[in-house]
Amino acid sequence: MTEDERNNITRRDFIRRTAKAGVSLAVAGGASYLLYDSAGPKAVSMGEVIEKLPDFSIPHREGQVISIVKGADRVDTVNRAIDLLGGIERFVKPGEKVLIKPNVAFASPPILGATANPQLVAEVVRLCYRRAKAGQVIVTDNPINDPESCFRLSGIGKSASQAGAKILLPKDSYFRTVSLVGGRLIKNWPVFAAPLEKVDKLIGIAPVKDHHRSGASMAMKNWYGLLGGRRNIFHQDINTIIAELAIMVKATLVILDGTQVMITNGPTGGAASDLQRKNTLIASCNDVAADAYGCSLLNLTVADLPYLDKARKGGAGTTDFESLKPIFASIS
Amino acid sequence: MRIVTVRRISQFFFFTMFLWFCLVTTIGEEWWQLRGWPVNLFLQLDPLVAIGTALTTHSLYWPLLWALPVIAITIILGRFFCSWVCPFGSMHHFVGFLAFRKKGPPEKVKANRYRKGQCLKYFVLIFFLVIAALPLAKGPGLQIGLLDPISLMSRSVNLVLLPVIDSLTDIISVSARFYEGAGLILAVFLAAVFLNLLIPRFYCRFICPLGALFGIIGRFAIWRIGKKKVGCPDCKQCEKACQGGCTPSGKIRISECVLCFNCLQDCPHETIGYQTRSSLAGEITNPDITRRGFLLSAVSGFFVLPALRLGNALGSNFYYRLIRPPGALPEDEFLKRCIKCGQCMRICPTNVIQPGGLQPGFENLWTPVLNMRIGSSGCQLNCTACGYICPTSAIRPISLSEKLGLDEFAQAGPVKMGTAFVDRSRCLPWAIDKPCIVCQENCPVSPKAIYTRTSFGTVRDGILTIKKADTDIIETIENQLLLEQFATGDYYCLLEDGQRRKIETNTENAIVVSPAGLFEKIPVEGEKIEIQVRLQRPYVDIQRCIGCGVCEHECPVSGRRAIRVSAEGETRSRHKSISPKGQYLQE
Repeated sequence: MTEDERNNITRRDFIRRTAKAGVSLAVAGGASYLLYDSAGPKAVSMGEVIEKLPDFSIPHREGQVISIVKGADRVDTVNRAIDLLGGIERFVKPGEKVLIKPNVAFASPPILGATANPQLVAEVVRLCYRRAKAGQVIVTDNPINDPESCFRLSGIGKSASQAGAKILLPKDSYFRTVSLVGGRLIKNWPVFAAPLEKVDKLIGIAPVKDHHRSGASMAMKNWYGLLGGRRNIFHQDINTIIAELAIMVKATLVILDGTQVMITNGPTGGAASDLQRKNTLIASCNDVAADAYGCSLLNLTVADLPYLDKARKGGAGTTDFESLKPIFASIS
Repeated sequence: MRIVTVRRISQFFFFTMFLWFCLVTTIGEEWWQLRGWPVNLFLQLDPLVAIGTALTTHSLYWPLLWALPVIAITIILGRFFCSWVCPFGSMHHFVGFLAFRKKGPPEKVKANRYRKGQCLKYFVLIFFLVIAALPLAKGPGLQIGLLDPISLMSRSVNLVLLPVIDSLTDIISVSARFYEGAGLILAVFLAAVFLNLLIPRFYCRFICPLGALFGIIGRFAIWRIGKKKVGCPDCKQCEKACQGGCTPSGKIRISECVLCFNCLQDCPHETIGYQTRSSLAGEITNPDITRRGFLLSAVSGFFVLPALRLGNALGSNFYYRLIRPPGALPEDEFLKRCIKCGQCMRICPTNVIQPGGLQPGFENLWTPVLNMRIGSSGCQLNCTACGYICPTSAIRPISLSEKLGLDEFAQAGPVKMGTAFVDRSRCLPWAIDKPCIVCQENCPVSPKAIYTRTSFGTVRDGILTIKKADTDIIETIENQLLLEQFATGDYYCLLEDGQRRKIETNTENAIVVSPAGLFEKIPVEGEKIEIQVRLQRPYVDIQRCIGCGVCEHECPVSGRRAIRVSAEGETRSRHKSISPKGQYLQE
């Protein structure tokens, strides 16, 4: 090969090379065109913001809004309490998907009463499946302590799944940014909302507990578990946040369990001596009414818990539970 | 079946088993979770862990007795562990094979020749064993975990590889796992892997202190690789895939041979055997430990630990943020046992146990430290998993009764990891007049270790002048209030006559008090009122605080927390107590 030949290329090679160069240029140019951003990044993007959660409440039925049943056995009392409101069939229709939100806040054994009672949760799951013929029952919470440990140690994970429920542990993808209409605190805040979008009914189950900051942790405070992010900052305005939660969450039914009431050292407890047997279980179509009665189990009045009045003013329910003609019953 | 095939099956089996055990080191009741799988098996089989802790503690913690059969087999058969069991070795073996598979035989032979530098691993071993045997005032330290292959691989898989897979797939654990400083762990791991591209099994040949140990105790092996008959044409086929770099073609170096049996298979003339008699070509049984090298490594081992301890981190200059898991031994005893394997960090259900950094000193690197800001909670009250998994008992397996101070431990009290202190310069009720007490709410002990005192403080610009008043409402001359600014249930108004009433709500120029507390005496125009905020301010009862860090984890001051656990008062060391009664001290 002569020097000339080496320095020259064939026509074929030239065309090939030109084609490759052309394609490369086209890719570079095309990519620039497609990716071109004339504005630059915006300050902060909240993404999609939703303004309210689905409304899970059922039509009002006079005289069947709240029932209060005395008795030591939660399985008996919850059955009776729900029956007095018209039976589980009133709340859950065949084939419906039900989400149960028990209080599973702490990695604490059931005997200490810091979390919803596992037998009670399981019984409500069974009622949904056996009597109401629910399609699926999901049990979930976004606990304070480690979620998996909370569901395991509280016994709720095991008892609910044995009853057939699906346990849903919180994941980042389940949170939606919510700005509650008229809300002061729930603004652009992550809320555990994705699971709610896929269900037909929502049932809250909460124990009655002492709470040093707010006075009492009951059915309304139970919705705190739906908040994501560093939600503890709301403790600065605890009454407003609890009220806003009650306004935001429109549940089908709440079960407020005062069988064993945590009267001191709440809301974590930690010793059996923190509990007192009150043998009371409340079923209610409205969480504000349930709490308005429930606070009496802690020897508190509605005036002691400003969040009740705030929720009432926000239209979440009435604190005058007597006006709802509560049904009292007792199981000996 | 050919012996090399059997070896490959064995390697694959143990490698898979190792990964499986790492994977199942997850708390739970599923078959693929903890449930009694012998997840520490490889660490227990590791004679370096047994010998290292025996040197430091003068005792052999019972599960480490598993190392004895390994030692015994090595004495009889040679370094079988390296090529048949060791998961780290198998990985290097495979990567080295991949890296050199396209190379021609001369290059392979060249890559697998013996190198003088292979003696380095013996000096590494001597260095660490000297450290472990030093008769220091605070006792020796165990640092073999830095380079021990089983510890290194456990740490890398537990704290880097599995969490990375987890963060991409969400399969293994529900919430993502986080480990501080995982990058450095990965760097060491990758360096070990990539060195195979230069020389196959680089780590095994040059660095591995466990391999060095096997080389020393395996040199009297009864069976050994060697020439079994004459007629070797010196074709060097046997060194094509030699894993130990032990020169099977000539005078074989017994202490370098890792029993891969490749030479035996690759020899076309069938001159190599595994036999009781010595190699016909002669053999070198002793490791190539020069007197100079020995002295250098021993002397540096002799100096390095005392030098590292000149910071007095074991004494008055202890690092107060060094919170060890519950049941951890006193720091000097702890450092005699911890092999930095990361088992406790992987099993911890709340992910609060983290690989330590260099802060209290180099000795702390990759040892378990609690970081309350990471993970899903502080140390979980009803959990003792870390102590039960610790292979060397650097963290003692304590019962829940002992941890919580129940039953026969009632007298001793609960195991304290430290004490929480409120930082009043950051705490919301202390520093910025906002109610909070999230720490008190979440304190898991009963009675709570965090208690509050209620105080009323006049808010900024909170002295107002009355324009008009009734039993439930005060109009003020000032009209700059924000609507419902004081409607949170935490604000009160104080009159000149001392009446204090809870504010229900306010407008721009009026204060409405709660119907439950109307004014007994209606205030008059021109009087002053003070708007006060009711604050419950947190205090810590150091007798009750166990240092679990749940308060620190939950504190809404999300950066440097306003309540933080500090090592003072930890049960495991007497000299950090700040309580003169010493109520929770353990003898």
